Amino acid sequence: MKTIFLISLSSLARHIHIWLEELIGNPNGVYITEMTIVGISLIVFLVVLCFFLGYAERKVAAFMQIRLGPNRVGPQGSLQIVADTVKLLFKEGLTPTAADKFLFHLAPLIMVITAMLALAPIAFAKDFQIFDMSIGVLYVASVSSMAVIGILMAGWSSYNKYSLLGAMRSGAQIVSYELSVGLSLISIVILTGSLKMSDIVMSQSDGWWLFKGHIPILISFVIFIIASTAEINRAPFDLTEAESELTGGFHTEYSGMKFAMFLLSEYINLFIVSAIAATLFLGGWMPLHFGHWEGFNHIMDYIPSSIWFLGKTFLIIFIIMWFRWTFPRLRVDQLLNLEWKYLLPISMVNILVVTLMAIMGWHF
Amino acid sequence: MGQDVLTEDGLFMVNIGPQHPSTHGVLHLKVWLDGETIVKIQPHLGYIHRSIEKMSENLSYRNFIFATSRMDYLSAHINNEACALTVEKGLGIQATPRAKVIRIIMAELTRLASHQLWWGCTGLDLGAVTPFFYAFRDREAINGIMEETCGARLTMNYMVPGGVMYDLHPNFQKHTKDVMASIKKNLADYDNLLTGNVIFEMRTKGVGVLSKEDAISFGCTGPTARASGVSCDIRKLFPYSGYENVQFDEILATGGDCYDRYMCRMAEMRQSVNIIEQLIDTIPEGDFQEKTKAVIKLPKGEFYQRVETARGELGVYIVSDGAASPYRVKYRSPGFSNLSALSQMAQGVKIGDLVAIMATIDLVIPDIDR
Repeated sequence: MKTIFLISLSSLARHIHIWLEELIGNPNGVYITEMTIVGISLIVFLVVLCFFLGYAERKVAAFMQIRLGPNRVGPQGSLQIVADTVKLLFKEGLTPTAADKFLFHLAPLIMVITAMLALAPIAFAKDFQIFDMSIGVLYVASVSSMAVIGILMAGWSSYNKYSLLGAMRSGAQIVSYELSVGLSLISIVILTGSLKMSDIVMSQSDGWWLFKGHIPILISFVIFIIASTAEINRAPFDLTEAESELTGGFHTEYSGMKFAMFLLSEYINLFIVSAIAATLFLGGWMPLHFGHWEGFNHIMDYIPSSIWFLGKTFLIIFIIMWFRWTFPRLRVDQLLNLEWKYLLPISMVNILVVTLMAIMGWHF
Repeated sequence: MGQDVLTEDGLFMVNIGPQHPSTHGVLHLKVWLDGETIVKIQPHLGYIHRSIEKMSENLSYRNFIFATSRMDYLSAHINNEACALTVEKGLGIQATPRAKVIRIIMAELTRLASHQLWWGCTGLDLGAVTPFFYAFRDREAINGIMEETCGARLTMNYMVPGGVMYDLHPNFQKHTKDVMASIKKNLADYDNLLTGNVIFEMRTKGVGVLSKEDAISFGCTGPTARASGVSCDIRKLFPYSGYENVQFDEILATGGDCYDRYMCRMAEMRQSVNIIEQLIDTIPEGDFQEKTKAVIKLPKGEFYQRVETARGELGVYIVSDGAASPYRVKYRSPGFSNLSALSQMAQGVKIGDLVAIMATIDLVIPDIDR
């Protein structure tokens, strides 16, 4: 693919690989070095991403709420989030006397680690992936549902009744919504015939799944957005930290950097969910193409694939933020009703329709 | 560690408050939960008791009025009016015609500001943050009028026996008309943002139902009772300050659930705008204050006056022994009676519903706990 930059991300990765092979020679050594580089650059990327998302969330909220948002620290308030992070770093990390110390300190780490694990199979650009594993979609679905362990752990070990209530809510919530998320992902997997992220992206080279005109795919896209918003505990499904009911929910007792880690994991999860939606339904890094508009398609090809991917991801992030700042919160039984009485039956029927479509060869 | 958190009958006791985001002050609710369901609820008061009634016994009849600004601080103006009316009743005088109209306009502005704050907080309690900012934008405009007129934004202290403390600011009419025009426009935004929202309707319809009989037996007043079908608008039933001369509707609903309480207040805001628009062009000329003696002494006896605040019926009861300060003052505050119905309404609901119920009965804790 032609790109406007001399080096695309994939060729950069290839050059580093070749250079390391010449330098080290031993394949295991190369592998370890590469993974170290990936780890460090991932952490840097995530920190920058979270700064950006934190800033974006404030600005989106301000836009919805007829105010200006951060506008003092740095140009247009863009360094506000850095200042806040510095504040959190220097804050005293309080631990309740009655808390289970080991689990209390472990919980935020589990949250961040499970969030970061799910990044592995995501295709950031053309041929630019950490692991293009053959079970990509399944892996993301299973790893991201492990976050509930961290939340339960945080709620239980805090020795606080509000935290416990919040943790119990999240247990019910994440386990239920996991089903709908999984089923809506499967509808794409059935049509593509592969769990591999790169295959799924390549299958959309002639049009994104969302715009191919399959009604079941539209339904599963909507279900995916709703269910994954619930799975990452964002409003209107933020029952685990419902501040007007449970003060802080499962992270009531956390302060300082440990609290910041919950925030970090929330933003990473938000990014992952949007990235998955962008990859599966909106064509990942595929540029926008219209049938026979050669000139138009040619111009679209010049935009780097990473820009396409990030653009689609941030569009979905904006939609999820939009939910947060305009909807009231659901009640816990309504939340479970929504899943078990509406989303789950609909997605099951939807899967049957998609399967029928795939068997009869009605799709294209 | 290791201490059993459950009570003997297997319930989970949670203290909601005195410091809690949804109690809007220092209300302390002891809640016994079975899972998420509320089995028993017990309000505890006393965290913000300032003995305003006892203090008033040592204050003159001019001064004790202003202690009431600190009771229901969101309708400070109407509280002051109630006291001023009681003292006027004792003296056997009436406010001047100009003062009466000013009092109605200011009272309705206060009611609007109070309902706007309530609307924002209801959104906040139900998890929607955005309404709060819309409500505050409009409330700021009203506070601007208040500041211009009486120099204060929250505790106005504008009422004196016999009238109001100062005359109106020359800009008052124009400023008020502008604000009313923008509020009428913005009330439609309020409906778009929250009222028609499907989640909001799910959260409030059929939640926390208060039957008409219960509303009467708990002594509920204000929008809380009117949503259950109890006609109790003091402005209609026992008009004061010239409310008999203005056209407005008493808002009644029949469901008694959170949604009806919400809709009652939304409709009341429109009624308040309506009242202000009727009067703003026809404020009579003349004195803004009736002449009274420097030291007011009420004749021996008992005096009672009730008014309709934003939350319901406020009664002021003064016993006088003929001295320059009251012998005994007692307030009948709307919030206290409305709160007493909470345990009835919150029987068997979820925690989230408790928050919705507390939001729609519009509690102001310093009013409950004087």
